[in-house]
Amino acid sequence: MDLEFSPEEIAFRDEVRTFIAENYPKQLRGKQDEGDELTKEDFLSWHRVLAKKGWVAPAWPVEYGGTGWTVTQRFIFSEETARADCIRLMPFGLTMVGPVIYTFGTPEQKAHFLPRILSGEDWWCQGYSEPGSGSDLASLRTRAVRDGDHYVVNGQKTWTTMAQYADWGFFLVRTDPDAKQQEGISFLLIDMKSPGITVRPIITLGGEHEVNEVFLEDVRVPVSQRVYEENKGWTCAKFLLAHERVGIAGVASSKRGIEKIRQIAATEIDGDKPLLANPFYRRKVAELEMDLTALEFTELRTLAGEAAGRGPGPESSVLKIKGSEIQQRLTELALEAAGHYGAPYFRGFGEGDNEHPIGPEWSNRTAPNYFNMRKTTIYGGSNEIQRNIIAKMVLGL
Amino acid sequence: MDLSYTETQEMLRDTLARFLTDTYDFETRNKMIASPEGRDPGIWRALSSELGLTSAPFAEEYGGMGGGHLENLIMMEELGKVIAIEPWLQTVVIGGGALQAVGGARAQEVIPQIIAGDCLIAWAYAEPTGRYDLANVSTTAKKDGAGYVLNGHKAVVYAAPWATHLLVTARTGGGQRDRGGVELFLVDAKAPGITRRDYPTVDGFRASEVYFENVAVPGDALLPGGIDLIEQVADQATMGLCAEGTGVARKLLEGTVEYTRQRKQFGQPISKFQALQHRMADMLVDAEQIASMTLMGTLKLDLPADQRKAAVSLAKAKVARSIKAVGQNAIQTHGGIGITMELAIGHFFKRSTMIESQFGSADAHLERYEALTLPA
Repeated sequence: MDLEFSPEEIAFRDEVRTFIAENYPKQLRGKQDEGDELTKEDFLSWHRVLAKKGWVAPAWPVEYGGTGWTVTQRFIFSEETARADCIRLMPFGLTMVGPVIYTFGTPEQKAHFLPRILSGEDWWCQGYSEPGSGSDLASLRTRAVRDGDHYVVNGQKTWTTMAQYADWGFFLVRTDPDAKQQEGISFLLIDMKSPGITVRPIITLGGEHEVNEVFLEDVRVPVSQRVYEENKGWTCAKFLLAHERVGIAGVASSKRGIEKIRQIAATEIDGDKPLLANPFYRRKVAELEMDLTALEFTELRTLAGEAAGRGPGPESSVLKIKGSEIQQRLTELALEAAGHYGAPYFRGFGEGDNEHPIGPEWSNRTAPNYFNMRKTTIYGGSNEIQRNIIAKMVLGL
Repeated sequence: MDLSYTETQEMLRDTLARFLTDTYDFETRNKMIASPEGRDPGIWRALSSELGLTSAPFAEEYGGMGGGHLENLIMMEELGKVIAIEPWLQTVVIGGGALQAVGGARAQEVIPQIIAGDCLIAWAYAEPTGRYDLANVSTTAKKDGAGYVLNGHKAVVYAAPWATHLLVTARTGGGQRDRGGVELFLVDAKAPGITRRDYPTVDGFRASEVYFENVAVPGDALLPGGIDLIEQVADQATMGLCAEGTGVARKLLEGTVEYTRQRKQFGQPISKFQALQHRMADMLVDAEQIASMTLMGTLKLDLPADQRKAAVSLAKAKVARSIKAVGQNAIQTHGGIGITMELAIGHFFKRSTMIESQFGSADAHLERYEALTLPA
């Protein structure tokens, strides 16, 4: 066992560092810090740079466009991108539907969709939750009825993140209403420009437009766009959820988040000392670093297991629970540091908006971020559902 | 970076695990504790001279297997799984670790005795008023010709009644809380002037208050290195303890899961109740974090002192917090039977509770971490 990077790994780290310094889009620099809402073009600009380099989907098998990196290289890559404050990549194509397609898809589906996910040509969204099916996802009611070479889909999805930009969506639909819940579901790839699809925005507490309702009315979907067998879509859904949970830990970006908190609390004055000298605030920072270190090494142990051939299993629920709690605590500490200046509602979005901020610049979005990040313990299978998964799949209860 | 164990390390783990499964069940442990000596010396003989496991963390020049901190982790974790009351932490990890860090003639002489099972060490570092500050030492070591004379009172010295040697912190100079002047001595436990008040501890060990009254020790009793050496030894001890905690926590969880499968209420096994399932899922999350922090701290034991100390403190603080949660959840889930002497679970809980504060509580370690890493 050895925590140190080998000379080859150090060389790789330097290569990644240099690449980011030279190629990260200039217009994105600092954008995360200022908390501006990112546009579709923002997301795609960084995506395309990485795609061109062949680094956009490190975890994919090499034959489909992955990098063939070791888990340590993947660890280094995520550390370096977080360190440089690179914006996150949208996960819907790269870490969700992509792996489902290369694992369960037909040769035609792989040939058509995978290159377009890599290049960023298609923007994907996820049609899972419904108004009546949240944690109990398998109770979903959106119907797909066979009509020749097509399915006709009717129903409603919700919490569909970034659907306003999406070219394609992957949907769970009910194809056999008489079967047991999990056994009557199919996994469909649907062109979001199909007639009958309506996307309606849902504005969340921070004022963001991230999520949407998606209405499907007699949407015709070719049967060739079903992934895996009819009524076996739940297999794809479960596979995808386990993958989603690993990335969800967010260790590298939370590490960067703590650094920012440290900087803020070292300059923000509380009485006659920096906030960081306040014993209560200080203890919370230390405790957060403690829990983040525990998460980091839990992820490293999981990755070591993966390298030894044990794929991401139900243990990834542990990463989801702790990772999401830590992301939330970061926003709590930032809001707490902002003090009075947590209150002003200042939307620094949009072109030509040159109003100067109220209070310290970093404080502008602390409350909206805090509100927004309540989502982390709810999405991806709520943390209560993760405990159910641990109880059933790990503890065998 | 590579976080996998070698085949040799896996074999070492299997060997100890198999031996303990065969020899260390709950009933046998209870009998050992109830015996006049409070342990079965045959177990130590088997672990050392028969199985050779005591040689695991020592360099080959001392007759060891050439392992190190990870071997200590493996051994302590397995010992934790049976809440072993063997003086392994004190003798192999602490005493052996101090000697290996110092090297020289004393190491050449004593480490082979540890490996052979002839030398048992107890660490006399705590004092009645020192709490967790390793430099808060009022025991004195006065230079006397070539040797030293020790005077003072050492508190709650685990394994002292069994020890052939005492590893003692004592002051050759400076005020009671000064870092300078504190030194480490390895002395014969039977040296004239040493008296003990022996007692059992709540977690099944034997310990003593140890009194030094004009105890003359030779010059080579001093293991040179001062407070820096003492902190290094304490950090190794702390990670050994965390590894033990990893084993204890896994068994607290395992025992609880097993019990809920058998116990029926409202016409079904209580394992079916979501309230209890979530409690046990939380126990698993905590147990995993204990294992992760134990690995983290152990892998950082050879870093420069400040980095090592920060890592060990972060690890111990987390282990203390998480093992408290695991232990309390185990007892709550068991219900009344959990607070009796009858089931093993309560005995695991007693050990886990002592692990929380041994070598420093969560608060003490968070304070050390903050002082090292957060500017005031």
